[in-house]
Amino acid sequence: MAKLRQAAIYGKGGIGKSTTTQNLVAALAEIGKKVMIVGCDPKADSTRLILHSKAQNSVMGLAAEAGSVEDLELEDVMSVGYGGIKCVESGGPEPGVGCAGRGVITAINFLEEEGAYDEDLEFVFYDVLGDVVCGGFAMPIRENKAQEIYIVCSGEMMAMYAANNIAKGIVKYANSGGVRLAGLICNSRNTDREDELIMALAAKLGTQMIHFIPRHNIVQHAEIRRMTVIEYDPTAAQADEYRTLAKKIVDNKNFVIPTPVTMDELEELLMEFGILEADDESIIGKTAAQLAAETAEALAAA
Amino acid sequence: MSELTREETEALIQEVLEVYPEKARKDRAKHLAANDQSVEQSKKCITSNRKSLPGVMTVRGCAYAGSKGVVWGPIKDMIHVSHGPIGCGQYSRAGRRNYYVGTTGVDTFGTMNFTSDFQEKDIVFGGDKKLAKLIAEIEMLFPLHKGISVQSECPIGLIGDDIEAVAKKGAKEMDKPIVPVRCEGFRGVSQSLGHHIANDSIRDWVLDKRDGQAFEATPYDVSIIGDYNIGGDAWASRILLEEMGLRVVSQWSGDGTLAEIEKTPKVKLNLLHCYRSMNYISRHMEEKYGIPWLEYNFFGPTKIAESLRAIAAQFDDHIKEGAERVIAKYQPMMEAVIAKYKPRLQGKTVMLYVGGLRPRHVIGAYEDLGMQVIGTGYEFAHNDDYDRTIKEMGNATLLYDDATGFELEEFIKRMKPDLVGSGIKEKYVFQKMGIPLRQMHSWDYSGPYHGYDGFAIFARDMDMAISNPCWSKQTPPWKKQPEALEPTEEGDLKKVA
Repeated sequence: MAKLRQAAIYGKGGIGKSTTTQNLVAALAEIGKKVMIVGCDPKADSTRLILHSKAQNSVMGLAAEAGSVEDLELEDVMSVGYGGIKCVESGGPEPGVGCAGRGVITAINFLEEEGAYDEDLEFVFYDVLGDVVCGGFAMPIRENKAQEIYIVCSGEMMAMYAANNIAKGIVKYANSGGVRLAGLICNSRNTDREDELIMALAAKLGTQMIHFIPRHNIVQHAEIRRMTVIEYDPTAAQADEYRTLAKKIVDNKNFVIPTPVTMDELEELLMEFGILEADDESIIGKTAAQLAAETAEALAAA
Repeated sequence: MSELTREETEALIQEVLEVYPEKARKDRAKHLAANDQSVEQSKKCITSNRKSLPGVMTVRGCAYAGSKGVVWGPIKDMIHVSHGPIGCGQYSRAGRRNYYVGTTGVDTFGTMNFTSDFQEKDIVFGGDKKLAKLIAEIEMLFPLHKGISVQSECPIGLIGDDIEAVAKKGAKEMDKPIVPVRCEGFRGVSQSLGHHIANDSIRDWVLDKRDGQAFEATPYDVSIIGDYNIGGDAWASRILLEEMGLRVVSQWSGDGTLAEIEKTPKVKLNLLHCYRSMNYISRHMEEKYGIPWLEYNFFGPTKIAESLRAIAAQFDDHIKEGAERVIAKYQPMMEAVIAKYKPRLQGKTVMLYVGGLRPRHVIGAYEDLGMQVIGTGYEFAHNDDYDRTIKEMGNATLLYDDATGFELEEFIKRMKPDLVGSGIKEKYVFQKMGIPLRQMHSWDYSGPYHGYDGFAIFARDMDMAISNPCWSKQTPPWKKQPEALEPTEEGDLKKVA
């Protein structure tokens, strides 16, 4: 049995974590790897491209129907999709009620107790909700769970802020357990000098940009059909990008405790690349009306 | 042990503080004091109502305990739902001995446990639907209930359930009050905040329900506030008030009903026994309805007579005469009780460590029996409680706030009182040390202790504890000095003469 590798995918909400994860996992399955995806997001949309379904029945959803999680069997919650990929969704409440974090904890404990991590399995990927808002969403990176973390990001400012914040969270768990940052995956938004910027950020965080995934419409075309690019059009150039990412992850040995930067350092980096302009202290906290008045005054004086 | 001087008491406190690490010592020093009757404001000598230090074995409870266990729980014709996992409801069920009249499970519900019994899925998906269902089930299964209170356990606050919305909707559907109470256990430093939260929820959801409605008032309408009818206390108090000519409209909350609570704003005077747990609502009624409130003390004949006269002074001569008549009527009975027990209890010393009002209110009852309280303290008092305690306690006696397990044990070992009045957590610690202990939370399954009838029982119980022959038999025979023996001519052993 190959040693099981467990990886968690984090990143800003809407950055493309689920799409990237599923395409990556499909590429791993294509080369014969035994893989499982565990969706850790109450939206339960981490496996739809693998299963061609809208939303898989989730652990917590079924548990609520059955009465308690103890009433469930592993078969009830685990579906097998493209390339023999095992799929599980933790599930959780609709927005605004209950505790989604507790749902993740309960679901992952259930998978462990029920032996979902069987001996053949080579990779487990946890696709985690965008913001690590409470302890529950850090569950995948606690002891004996994911040891490597990939952060999906892009050259946009907020995505990089999020990446830096996630790195801060990893430091906490890296010191108490064995979790390491394994790299940034740049999911391109076609911003200027995006690859250089993410490589520079990766260097500051002490890690690597493991792969740069160019933006391509085919991803959306595949997604409308609830498929990964790998399955929808295996000959597409975009499919090769995911295959490259998969290969890099298989061969990855670059696991580090990240060195998150301060807000000032991050802003300096962004200024260097022209994304952020230097603060003009004179305009901070002034309303449009005040600024207009000042401009008028200056004009009058001139 | 005879009285300590101020220097000796202060030295004792210093000695006990010695064992703590510096930070803890500094903190605990503020909570221990030698009483000084000349001080007007207790904040000059003692600090209270602060967070307990970790590891010191405090005996405090939580906000849920203060709301569900103390204030709301005894209202007998309402159903009090422990909203959250099962433990809080089950371990607080029927433990406080709030007696009531009624048919349990039909029109009264005091000793039953109603809970939403949270499971994982309720935490993850929220418990609002379950609460709504539970309310509908209560209405179906127990149609004679008068209303529901929802007592929040910790998870409710953590997951942010909107119990107010559920309560409003349910109340409208069944046309009975449903009161959401935000008494999550993690709020505040002790059960004290729970009392306050519960008072506020009565103010906001119950008290104004009969405003503007007709009420056949008399000039002698009063309510008993802060008597939880432990072992029948409120009954033993109520009869005295009625005998002197007053009309008791409501009892808060021992053997109380929702209707009584709602009618309280119609009374002329609120009589407040447990100041700590119900001063909030008394002050509110004073501000909103202009009802004055008066603290009283129904422990022991001296304090009872003082209180009856103070209450009567608020009314006309008819009531004043009534008070004198009641005092005169019970005087012979009290004299007989004192004649019987005082000779056996004279000069005995007591140390107390209890909750809301008893650390000061029972001092007079002990003094009536010739006993002396040499140390007292509260679990969850505020400084206004200590303000009221300073004058009751002798000079240089020991005061301890939120006493730690170690402090209480050391103080009692050193001061060797003849009796300790405290709770179940302390009982066996001290009894195994050979010191009798009476539980002063639950009256040790006895009571009532309030009123004249209660004093007779109080005196008997204290005598029973102190005069029990077991305390002189603490040393087992094999630890006593062996008797010298010598062989007889027949070869047996006999005692040396």
